[in-house]
Amino acid sequence: MPGDAVLPGSPEARDPSGSPWSSGVVAEGAITGVEIPPSESLIVAGLPEGGDVSSSGGALRQIVRVFGENKLAVVGLFVIVFMVLFCFVGPLIYKTNQVNGQQALQFSTQDARPSGAHLLGTDPQGFDLLGRLMFGGKNSLIVGFVAALVATVFGVVYGAISGFLGGWVDALMMRFVDILLSIPQLFLLIVLAVIFHPSLTLLIGVIALVAWLVPARLIRGETLTLRVRDYVQAVRVMGGSGSRIVFRHIIPNTVGTIVVNATFQVADAILLLAALGFLGLGLPTPQTDWGAMLNDGVNYALTGSWWLIYPAGFCIVIVVVAFNFVGDALRDSLEVRLQQR
Amino acid sequence: MIGFLVRRFIQAVIVVIGVLVLVFGLSHFVPGGEARAVLGTKATLLQIRHFNVKNGFTLPLWDQFYQYLLRLGHLNLGYSYSYNQQVWSLISDKLPKTLVLVGVSTLLALIVSIPLGILQVVRRNKPIDYVLTGLTFVFYAMPAFLLGTLLILYFAIDEKWFPVGFQQSQTVGDILRDPRALVLPEITLAALTIAAFSRYMRSSMMEAMTEDYVRTARAKGAGPRRVLYGHALRNALIPILTLLGLSIPAIVSGAVITESVFNYPGMGFLTVEAAYKTDIPVLLGTTLVATIATVVGSLLADVLYAVADPRIRYAR
Repeated sequence: MPGDAVLPGSPEARDPSGSPWSSGVVAEGAITGVEIPPSESLIVAGLPEGGDVSSSGGALRQIVRVFGENKLAVVGLFVIVFMVLFCFVGPLIYKTNQVNGQQALQFSTQDARPSGAHLLGTDPQGFDLLGRLMFGGKNSLIVGFVAALVATVFGVVYGAISGFLGGWVDALMMRFVDILLSIPQLFLLIVLAVIFHPSLTLLIGVIALVAWLVPARLIRGETLTLRVRDYVQAVRVMGGSGSRIVFRHIIPNTVGTIVVNATFQVADAILLLAALGFLGLGLPTPQTDWGAMLNDGVNYALTGSWWLIYPAGFCIVIVVVAFNFVGDALRDSLEVRLQQR
Repeated sequence: MIGFLVRRFIQAVIVVIGVLVLVFGLSHFVPGGEARAVLGTKATLLQIRHFNVKNGFTLPLWDQFYQYLLRLGHLNLGYSYSYNQQVWSLISDKLPKTLVLVGVSTLLALIVSIPLGILQVVRRNKPIDYVLTGLTFVFYAMPAFLLGTLLILYFAIDEKWFPVGFQQSQTVGDILRDPRALVLPEITLAALTIAAFSRYMRSSMMEAMTEDYVRTARAKGAGPRRVLYGHALRNALIPILTLLGLSIPAIVSGAVITESVFNYPGMGFLTVEAAYKTDIPVLLGTTLVATIATVVGSLLADVLYAVADPRIRYAR
């Protein structure tokens, strides 16, 4: 959903199984760059996918290597780490007042150009902008990570159960997903944001409520192919319960899809929060996020206060691009491994 | 093909029924109910009780839903207390404007992205391919509100080539009579679609070029142009139709943002304004209408798909 990246294209445009993105220049380079010795690929083939990381050291090493060969992905990872440090550790070093509006109005100039005292200037309320980028970014990142986590966990469990049960239960569960997906995301988001007056926690819930649909569909699709595999049949013959099959055998085998999708989910959640913030329906004051900062800036665009717009906009774009790079690279490195099965 | 279309149509009907149930259900989720939203937080319990009885909120749910459907049948989407107007009359005023915005930008996106994708395949792994790939990545991540703001800054404020936005009172006729103001919003809304479509077009073309029928065409002695346009392109276009259908919800969402940035007097702007006023009837009304429009749009895209793809056209 750019802006919609909020509305990043369609959900399917990022389907880890053969999406338009997977055949990008990046992807081609990454795939052709890998040569797996036959012996190693045999070992890989014998391992259960996912599960205990330490036991699949060879596979993990291979994933890391393919990932590392993708320069864009390494840059993306670096950007993410930098932004996390910037937003969470930054405020400890660069201390600014970001919550006391009265104090900000009294003790600093409003809407001031970048200067020695305020490296990125101040906003119309007198808050230091560099500090505000950290303060708002923290919210953006927290919502992004937690909403993506909640949406992924719920979507995966929902999708796996739906695909495993099959029949009319599956049809019913998936129609429900279809119905929610057919409501334009932002409309649903706005309605939910108005009904549940947003706090940070509620916003995470609302965004997750809109975002879980895509993982649910993806995992359901994979479950349909996994449930007829021999090892699932074997567990059944041995008397394994349905929940054991779903949680111990099916979900661990979809971990590649899950990880890739979760990465995109973070970017989407950040964009959704930014869109809500931009519309003025996001976090209540004095909290803010990058989108809400941009909204503040737009009102002053006519006066030429560029420092109110560019820094926040830049942060949104590079973080989202970074997550997309990492997601694409993860898909490539995991797909290479899947091909060995 | 008839079988496919009938199944697809039934699916759309089920989705619409589901959306109706959901929207009806959401109206009951409002904390304190509609009474609180309309009468305010200071209303007494007696006033609320009176409001609820008068509006039929004390009837059993299934009866309320039935009444709701009856009202919808008469295009009665409820009454907006903040606008003092029927919700449908508000929406019927705004809907055509949003359709203009969305329709033109979708057309623009298709016109630009298809040649762009072809260009990337013809020049694959050449500098232009890398540049375009990089650009699609950036635009894909660029939120509409940021792109719109930047366009306003440069082209409307600095260069003064285009107006900054619209007046809320403008009708469709006014907007079309002076289309200069439409340029920036159309670009904003189209840009994100172009990024996704051209990306998809590139990989779809790339895949088609490796198919057997392309090799056959080459073996028959068809020139590179004929192979590209006569064989590969026609097949590569089919998935684009599917993508178009799937993208409609995202485009409609994008319209909400674009309309708020440019003060465009459409459904999206109305929705956001209603959100500020906590006007639940308007919010649910626009959501319902936008969703039904989306479902119809996706259905049309799938009909086109069925007509275009002989594998479906001739299938039972």
